[in-house]
Amino acid sequence: MSGYQTGVLVILCFNIIAAYAVYLPLAANQLNLGIAGFMAVGAYAAAWLTTELNWAIAPAVLVGGGASALVALVVATPILRTQGIYLALATFALGQVISAVFLNLEVVGAAAGYQVPAYAPAPAVFAATAAIVAVVFYLSRTRFALYLTALKNDATVSELLGLNVRALQIAAFAIGAAIAGIGGGLYAHHFSFIEAQHFNVALSITTVLYVLLGGTQTVWGPLVGALVYTLLPEVLRVGAGWRYVLFALFIIGFMAVRPRGLVTPDLGRRLGAMLMRRARPGKAVP
Amino acid sequence: MTGTPLLRFEDVHLAFGGLRVLQSLDFDVRAGEATALIGPNGAGKTTVFNVISGVYRPQSGRVLLDGRDLAAVAPRQRIRHGIARSFQNVRLMAHLSVCENLMVGQHVKTNGLRDLLAPFRLMGNHRWRREAIDALAEVGLEAHADAPVGGLPYGIRKQVDLVRATLAGASLVMLDEPAAGLNPTETNALRLHLERLKARGITLLVVEHDMHFIDRISDHVVVLNFGRKIAEGSLAEVRRHPEVRAAYLGIEEAA
Ligand SMILES: Nc1ncnc2c1ncn2[C@@H]1O[C@H](COP(=O)(O)OP(=O)(O)O)[C@@H](O)[C@H]1O
Ligand SMILES: [Mg+2]
Repeated sequence: MSGYQTGVLVILCFNIIAAYAVYLPLAANQLNLGIAGFMAVGAYAAAWLTTELNWAIAPAVLVGGGASALVALVVATPILRTQGIYLALATFALGQVISAVFLNLEVVGAAAGYQVPAYAPAPAVFAATAAIVAVVFYLSRTRFALYLTALKNDATVSELLGLNVRALQIAAFAIGAAIAGIGGGLYAHHFSFIEAQHFNVALSITTVLYVLLGGTQTVWGPLVGALVYTLLPEVLRVGAGWRYVLFALFIIGFMAVRPRGLVTPDLGRRLGAMLMRRARPGKAVP
Repeated sequence: MTGTPLLRFEDVHLAFGGLRVLQSLDFDVRAGEATALIGPNGAGKTTVFNVISGVYRPQSGRVLLDGRDLAAVAPRQRIRHGIARSFQNVRLMAHLSVCENLMVGQHVKTNGLRDLLAPFRLMGNHRWRREAIDALAEVGLEAHADAPVGGLPYGIRKQVDLVRATLAGASLVMLDEPAAGLNPTETNALRLHLERLKARGITLLVVEHDMHFIDRISDHVVVLNFGRKIAEGSLAEVRRHPEVRAAYLGIEEAA
């Protein structure tokens, strides 16, 4: 694998992790527009642990994820009381606040940024990404995921069927934050340097965009969204400036054709049916 | 144990702003029976269901389940106390399949965090799925188990909504116009299904307009008009009641 290919794959990994951090709360009907803030918490916490306390990278990154989840739990009570556009705005503001805090926090370099000597090589990033994807896919096979879809469809009925809607939403929000934090911690140790400006609104919003592009109704959506977002500009081989313009145009065009995203349950069923037909020719598919 | 009240309304008042929807409402739902709640549109029947399931809180009066005041029981907990319901306008989760909707209905019978995080969808024909399909088979809908709910005909969705209400092991199942929009075959299957539920000792509270249907399934009839109880008794009794005749005049010809 060339350095260029490895580089692209690493970026793809970070984008996949960010995508699932956004996807989990979104599956519970919560748009988190402050995901970059949660990445920052994980990034700075993990970096501080390895740099100042000489922790090993793996536990530091995990604790960074935990710190991010903790922030999510603390803010969940006031923030998750809001709904829809207000929730989006509240998380957006929270992301800004977190970024501003790190911009001024001297112990982690403040505006000058923070050097992170401990290095996580590409294979470590690949392995961590695979583990996160495996966990999310595992969750998607459980009642937890079933209940998130249920409450997203009809929160009142879910409640009357005995689901603790609030607890489920808080859990989804916090697990998403943990994933973002782990992504942030890995990022810090792979690129050896972090600055608060990196974890900005644009990062939050682009992530949400490619998750929506991939589709939020199945667990495959974010993966496909991250793949398209990362690889399409590479394939088109355009300059950095045009890359986002092209991507934005692509999204607008695509949303007009597939408003529920690229990957939908219906698409899954049709693919399944097609494979069945191929496997057993002549047999009708009900 | 026919005869003892499972559910009791005591002088219940409910108003939306200036609109009095339930007024001094008293009635009993006796354990093991099917009680029909009838009355013209807008009489407050669905509101009674919403009060029982905790969607609305009455301004005064009490609703007792087995002698216990439901005001102290959060809406989410009521299904654990044995209260389940279907919805007049069919409230299935459109993005889930029939079977998945039923699995959500099984929730209160599952076992905490362990079941919440069990990867049952990796386990082929899991017990939960089999239970859901068995319940579907009782109304002859097992072929639709994996169909997305959104695309199904109204009559089928209506029945799935009902089946979902029966999966929590509830002792009181409330059905809001279960026969509305069903064809005669489906209505007949529904009636048989309600008989089966009764035979299992489940208490039914049924809102329905089809008088023939009510006649066949109910043991007791309560008539509401403008949020008041105007009569109760057997269907034959309430039909003779002058206020009931007046309330239904020109609407149903008191069937
Ligand atoms: N949430 C609400 N806000 C205001 N008015 C309501 C609400 N729910 C029901 N109503 C009113 O209460 C009355 C009774 O409604 P409902 O219980 O649905 O009647 P029924 O089921 O007997 O047809 C109607 O006048 C209806 O408009
Ligand atoms: Mg009604």
